Amino acid sequence: MHGLINTAIQAFVGDAFGQAAWHSTLHRAGLWDAIGPDGFDALFVYDDAVTRALLDAAAAEVGRPAESLLEDLGTYLVSHPRTEALRRLLRFGGDSFTDFLRSLDDLRGRTRLAVPDLDLPDLCLRDLGGGRFLLIAADGPPGYGHVLMGALRALADDYGALAVLDHRGPGGGSCGESLLIEVHDPAFHAGRRFDLATAQEPP
Amino acid sequence: MTAAAVAITPAALDRLLPLYARLDAGTVLRGLGPTLARLLGAGALGQRLDAVFGLTHPARVRTAADLCHTTPLRLVLHGPVATPFKGVAVPLADGGALLNLSFGYRLQDAVRDHRLSGSDFAPTDLANEYLYLVEANTAILSEARRASDRLRGARALALEQALTDPLTGLRNRRGLDRALARLAASGQPFGLIHIDLDHFKRINDTLGHAAGDRVLAEVAARLKRAVRDADGVARLGGDEFVVLLPGLRGRARAGRVARRLLRDLERPLPLLPPAAPLSASLGVALWDGAGPAGAEALLLAADRALYRSKGTGRGRITVATPADTP
Repeated sequence: MHGLINTAIQAFVGDAFGQAAWHSTLHRAGLWDAIGPDGFDALFVYDDAVTRALLDAAAAEVGRPAESLLEDLGTYLVSHPRTEALRRLLRFGGDSFTDFLRSLDDLRGRTRLAVPDLDLPDLCLRDLGGGRFLLIAADGPPGYGHVLMGALRALADDYGALAVLDHRGPGGGSCGESLLIEVHDPAFHAGRRFDLATAQEPP
Repeated sequence: MTAAAVAITPAALDRLLPLYARLDAGTVLRGLGPTLARLLGAGALGQRLDAVFGLTHPARVRTAADLCHTTPLRLVLHGPVATPFKGVAVPLADGGALLNLSFGYRLQDAVRDHRLSGSDFAPTDLANEYLYLVEANTAILSEARRASDRLRGARALALEQALTDPLTGLRNRRGLDRALARLAASGQPFGLIHIDLDHFKRINDTLGHAAGDRVLAEVAARLKRAVRDADGVARLGGDEFVVLLPGLRGRARAGRVARRLLRDLERPLPLLPPAAPLSASLGVALWDGAGPAGAEALLLAADRALYRSKGTGRGRITVATPADTP
């Protein structure tokens, strides 16, 4: 998987559980010699087996089931200051949370635009009416739906929307995962501010 | 067959072209899209185009028709923030012109300077995608820079390790070869002293290898302290060392330097019994900076001189003669 995914897990474990826990995770996954204290290269493409080993090791290290850890990873990616750049790129998807949901069909393409060799699984949004949506990740890696759920919950809050999300397991009659999203109020509170262009960072 | 003219209300025009301006034949502003209106502020309507914008291309306009002949138009907003625009103008039936503007590649600056949001652009405008791409690009570049920095650091470390003898911290054979090649290429005269410790095997055999290693480390330290910063000290492995001395000239002087080094090495060492102090055999070779020296030839000459030191009793220095260089 793309190094960006592995560095995301690296940042999450380090920030949420401490550097010692992260180093221990690497040791458990048998990756210490290869990756070491310097960590992953964000722009390199690693073997899928590396990410699988990493997630299993992290779950074992912190003593939590993988699904719950993945959900927290999703939340972290949207709400932690370290990953503010990612949160901003996601917010470009729409002015409101509902608009954003409708842009999820394009998430794969938008991501490829930013990082050509990062190929996310396809997402398909079904509008069930009345603010209810079914989001289907047809052939993502196991656990992708949980990361999405954590991220979408945090994004709903970021937009100021009141929404309930539920993981529905395999959906759409095919393999993969699906999420049921009920947007009760897209403008429940002000949400976090998003300016189309921010002040320039000093070089 | 020409298509019929399209009648469009100002409100519809506002939705499609938030950055439009309608000018009369004399280039007076008669209508503005909502975003442009906000940018120009109250009082812009009723003014001539060149009262509100600086004209870059064309430099001057008298009539609306003048605008329609140039593509793309280049204008700059008057005022504290000189936002540049590019534009295109088309003629209207009444003799005026409809001018549509865009920010071009300076879009991000314009959005920042004027606090624009998504709703200030038409829904079909690529502003959103463009700004997304700019931010994504910046984020990826900073990741790339970080990776590049780390790589450079790792490479420097790896190179350093590849050229260093781990026991003494001196240059190893590879490091010596590089330093020697640099000196030979510089055209500067220099000297080379090959040092071989005497009876070192005996030290290892009687005191053990750990003690032997400590002796080697002490020798390295003494050599480093004895020479200048510009000089190089290398360990060739075992109990052999090489000292490089840029700028060293003259056999007499070289001999003095080598004898000084030898006396320093022979100073008592706490590890060794006083009855069997450390000593070494030295071979010195010089290059005058002009002759056809190879690094190899110089090492060979120093080696021959060293051999003579060993052969004539050890614990001494020998300076190579021209005969030692083939």
